[in-house]
Parts: sequence; structure tokens; C-alpha cells
Amino acid sequence: MTRHATAEIREHLRSAKTLWCPGCTNGIVTRAMIDAYLSLDLDPEKVTVVAGIGCAGRITAYLDYSTVHTAHGRALAVATGAKLADPELVVSVVMGDGDCAAIGGNHLIHAARRNVDLTAIVFNNDIYGMTGGQAGPTTHEGDVSKTSPFGHPEPAFDICELARAAGATFVARGTPYAYLKLVQLLAGGIVHKGFSLVEVMSACPTYYGRFNQTPVPAEMLKLQQKQAVPVEKYKAGAPMTEEQFPVGVLHHVERTEYLEAYEGVRRRATGIKV
Amino acid sequence: MPAERRLLQGNEAVAEGAIAAGARFFAGYPITPSTEIAETLSRRLPEVGGTFIQMEDEIASIAAAVGASLAGVKSLTATSGPGFSLMQEMIGYAAMTQVPCVIVDVMRGGPSTGLPTEPSQGDVMQARWGTHGEHSVIVLVPSSVEECFTLTVDAFNLSEQYRTPVIVLSDAMVGHMREAVALPLPEELRVAERSEPDVDPDEYDTVMSTLDNILQRPDLGSRFRVHVTGLVYNRRSGVPETGSPDVAQDLGRYLREKIYHHRDAIVRVEEFMMEGAEVAVFAYGSVARAARAAVRWARAQGVPVGLVRPITLWPLPTAAVDHMAEQVRTVIVPEMNIRQIAWEVQAAVAGRARVVDYGRVDGALITPEQIKDLVKKEFYYHRFS
Repeated sequence: MTRHATAEIREHLRSAKTLWCPGCTNGIVTRAMIDAYLSLDLDPEKVTVVAGIGCAGRITAYLDYSTVHTAHGRALAVATGAKLADPELVVSVVMGDGDCAAIGGNHLIHAARRNVDLTAIVFNNDIYGMTGGQAGPTTHEGDVSKTSPFGHPEPAFDICELARAAGATFVARGTPYAYLKLVQLLAGGIVHKGFSLVEVMSACPTYYGRFNQTPVPAEMLKLQQKQAVPVEKYKAGAPMTEEQFPVGVLHHVERTEYLEAYEGVRRRATGIKV
Repeated sequence: MPAERRLLQGNEAVAEGAIAAGARFFAGYPITPSTEIAETLSRRLPEVGGTFIQMEDEIASIAAAVGASLAGVKSLTATSGPGFSLMQEMIGYAAMTQVPCVIVDVMRGGPSTGLPTEPSQGDVMQARWGTHGEHSVIVLVPSSVEECFTLTVDAFNLSEQYRTPVIVLSDAMVGHMREAVALPLPEELRVAERSEPDVDPDEYDTVMSTLDNILQRPDLGSRFRVHVTGLVYNRRSGVPETGSPDVAQDLGRYLREKIYHHRDAIVRVEEFMMEGAEVAVFAYGSVARAARAAVRWARAQGVPVGLVRPITLWPLPTAAVDHMAEQVRTVIVPEMNIRQIAWEVQAAVAGRARVVDYGRVDGALITPEQIKDLVKKEFYYHRFS
């Protein structure tokens, strides 16, 4: 995986101006996605990015591919229809953590179960950013937010574990701090045939860091370095604190992809023997 | 060669109509009384190289249908009341993003779980106004098995032509009824084809649909690299622009006017025995069948009664209502809801005739006898045999 020249990255952006706050890591992930597409030498005409609503969803206006900014929580369902209608599309589905695991949670588990060849890219910043910092399904117990002023009473979802349990065949987690590793994980998810999910542990200094960690963006990134435990160490049983999480390819198996299975349906429906 | 006559159920006819119209994608979720549409298409679509998928709920079903349409394949979903309610947000999305797709709602008694196996016409206003915000929509109401087929074909054609979701509003009676029908042969059908816009991708942003020239959107994965958004967008560039009242007003008016500007071309209405009628029955869908029987009876009895049957419920056939209002003294509006369309008729009639409503929400069909009783009251001075 290589970092492509900024001029080359810019060619795949409709606009370099975004509405994301200063210090937000969404721009880093956007660049990582373009780096992954370029590294895989994909035909830009076939790259399709489908996203939900929230800060992450706005990526569709900036990336210069076929892009669909859908309704809140529905990106995976729209993407499922698009991929089945045109299997040549290379479909990435960008969701925020609330988009993916709260309002879209049902679509997530069923997309994982079906194993449609989609790559879910979850920007997890622990908070609802677009609406101004409310607690969500990934907000940690005790965290302070606009809707948990006395500390959040609920535990957080582990989106990777959720996807794996539901049947996802490629599950990875990365951080904007470890940029090239993130590009590699995204590329791994994109080339994987089947439902893949890459969770990107993002930083929202404005609405999460200020109240829970640190308002300084650079400090939040450095924190990611401390929190991220390589999956090899994690699996070897390295001691972990509450704040730490494993990163890398957490789960990777091969299972019949949905479109392949449906080809079997078409053959049986038309009575063609294989 | 004449078309083969087949004994078909209304729901099966919808499925066959979709195939004939070129639909090759269905996403749905089982719900009474629409399920046979999904069952039929799960068998038929893979036969013709299409795709059937059973989604996790109705929200996902319409979302997948929208996604398939964006990728270039004509698509539909089918449901009933509770599922139709769940679909409303994405119907609004399809209207906003101008994605052609067809939604079939086989109406049953409501609200909530209501009367799952009994017919109703309780969704006629939801079909028009169910989603938030200003939008346009086309709603077709079949009253026979044959119309379940032909109106589904029409729904796809209108959807492609006007780049809008089109709703086929069937009900538990029409959907579950069986009739012998001669389906039109493929060569007898007009089927709208989708084509890529004839412009250079670099110039795509500079061409804009007008009310008289509604351009097709390039598919995902084409050289146009389109952006589709449910945010208010600039109609010229397609770029979201939420800070300009002018841009929002332009889009909002366009989404409404692109349908209403073509009302005369879209609207279909049947007038039956209206010649010399002093009283009209205004009925749609399955109720129109009982109304037709009652009108025939009335004419045989020597009283001048006619039927006006909207086939397009939305936009409402206001020209036909105008004509009717000028001609008759009373309009009887029987419907399986309470005054939903009768209010609309009353507004359009605007005092030129008396409007008598007859509504029921008990899941029972409105019978010819019930309409005959209403007719008798209008001709109280006549000696009926």
C-alpha cells in the first residue's frame, strides 16, 4: 500500500472543501479510501459509494465516483439493491456508528448474513456528531454527551463482534493514526468477495473528545496509538485495558457470496443443468 | 394469434404485469394480502434473468428497489398497510431523488394490524401525502384482475417517463379475486425503455430537465459518475445546496409541477352510462365494481344514473369531476374509508352538486344493494320495481 500524491488524490474529489469540523478524522479516512481504490487500480467508473445520513454520509458529495447519499440507516439496503442489479459495481457503504448500529442495525446483521459483496466502512466516532453530540450505540458506559449529561448508563456495541456474529466474512478495524495500515485494511475489505466490514475508530474532538478525552485533535490521534492493540497480540492474550481495542483483520473466512448463490437459483428456475 | 386466456389472481396479474413492463428486480417482505406478488415473482424473476430478494423489512425492501433502479434495473416492491407506512420515508426519498420505481400497496383494514385479510381503501390519502414534505406522486387504482396487469405496466411507463415513484393501490378484494383474463401480447404493449442521456459527461451538469423534457438520470457505474442525494440539491448541478431558498423553491416546485403540468396526459378516468345522468356515482377500485352493477340496475329501472371511475386517483381527475359537477345534481361517493376521497370530490365540486358520502371501515365489501339504496333516496319520487 502506498500513499499516492495529493494531486492524484484530488482528481478523485469533487471538492476539497468539506463541512467537517477542524480536527475531525473523516478527511483522513476519505483519503485512505481513495488511496485504497488507487492501490487496487479499480476502474473509477465502477466504484460506487453509498452512504447514510450523518457526518460520515457527507463523504458522497466529495468523492468523485458514482455516489448515493441515502436515508438515515438505509445505506446497506440501497447498496444491496444496487449491487444485485449491477454486479460489476464495486460498492463501498459508508456509515457512521449510529447510522450503522442503531437505526441501521437490522440492515447490518442481515447484510452480513446474506454475504452480498459489499464493503461496509463504519466511521465510529462514539457519538452522534451531525446533530450536536448525543449518545449513540457506541458511546461507552459513563461517557458524557448531550443526552447523557450524568454519564451514559448503557454499554457500547462492539460493531466488529456484531458483524462477525451475524455472518460477515471479512471484519477489520483500523485507526486514522495508523494510516497506511488503514489503507491496507480497506483494500482487503474491497477485494474480499462477500460482505466485509471495516470499522474505523475516528476522532470527534468537537463533540466527543471535549467532554470525555481531550479537545486537542492531535492528542486524540495519539490516544488511538495507545488504544489500538494489534490483533496478533490480542489473540495471544495480551492484557488489555477497558479503553483498548484490537486492530487489524479480526475475522476472515470464505463463504458463498450471495450473487453466486442466486446464480444457482436462476439455473434451477430455468431448468438448466450444471 | 389471440392472447391466451388465463385464470389469474389480481396479485399474480400484478407480478405478470411487472415482468411484461421490463421489471427485473423485486425486493419485498411477506405481508397479507400482498404476499402472492412476492411469491409469484420469486418464481418468475429468476426465470427471466431477474432478481428476487426477500429483505428484512419493508424499509429495506423499498430501499433495495430504489438501489436497483439507480443501478439501471426497473424495480418494484409490494406490501400492505403496515408495510406501506414503513415505506413512506423511502417513497419520499425516491420522489426527491427522482428515482423511477413502482410500489404496490394491496390495501387492508387498518390502522395498525387492523383487519389483515379484509379489504379497505384506507390508504388513499397516505398514498398521496404519506411522506413528509412537498412531493408529487402518481397513484393508479385497479378494479379488475386485467387492470392489475395493465395498470402495473402503465405504472412502470409513467415512472420512467416522469422519473417518479408510482403507486399501484390495489386492495384485498382485487388482489385475491380470480378472473379469466386475456393478457396482451408483448408486441401489443408499449414499454418505456431507459436510455443514457445524450450529452457529454463533462456537460451533464449544464443540462437541466424542464417540465416538458424530463431527462433520464445516468445509472450508477456509468461514465457520468452521478451524485444522488436526498438533501435539497441544485437542479442544474445535482450538488446539495441547503443554504439557498431559491434553489430549494426551484426544486420543490419542480418536483410538484413535473406531475401536475402533465395532468392531462397522466390522468385516466372511465365514464360509464353518464349520458343524461342526473346522479353520478364516483367510485374507484373494487367499490367501482359494485357501483357499476348498481348503475346498470338504475338504468334498467329507468332512472338516469352514471358512474365516474377514476383510474388515476392522484392526480385527481379534476376535469372529469368538473364536468360531472356541471351535469348532475348529486354525486354519491361510496368508499371503504370514511370520507377520504369524498372530501376531495366535495372540494372539487365546490357546491355545484350535492355530495353524498357512504363509507365503511368494517372490512365488508360495499354491495350493489347498498349503492342502490342510496340511488333510491335520490329518486324517492320514482316507482322502483
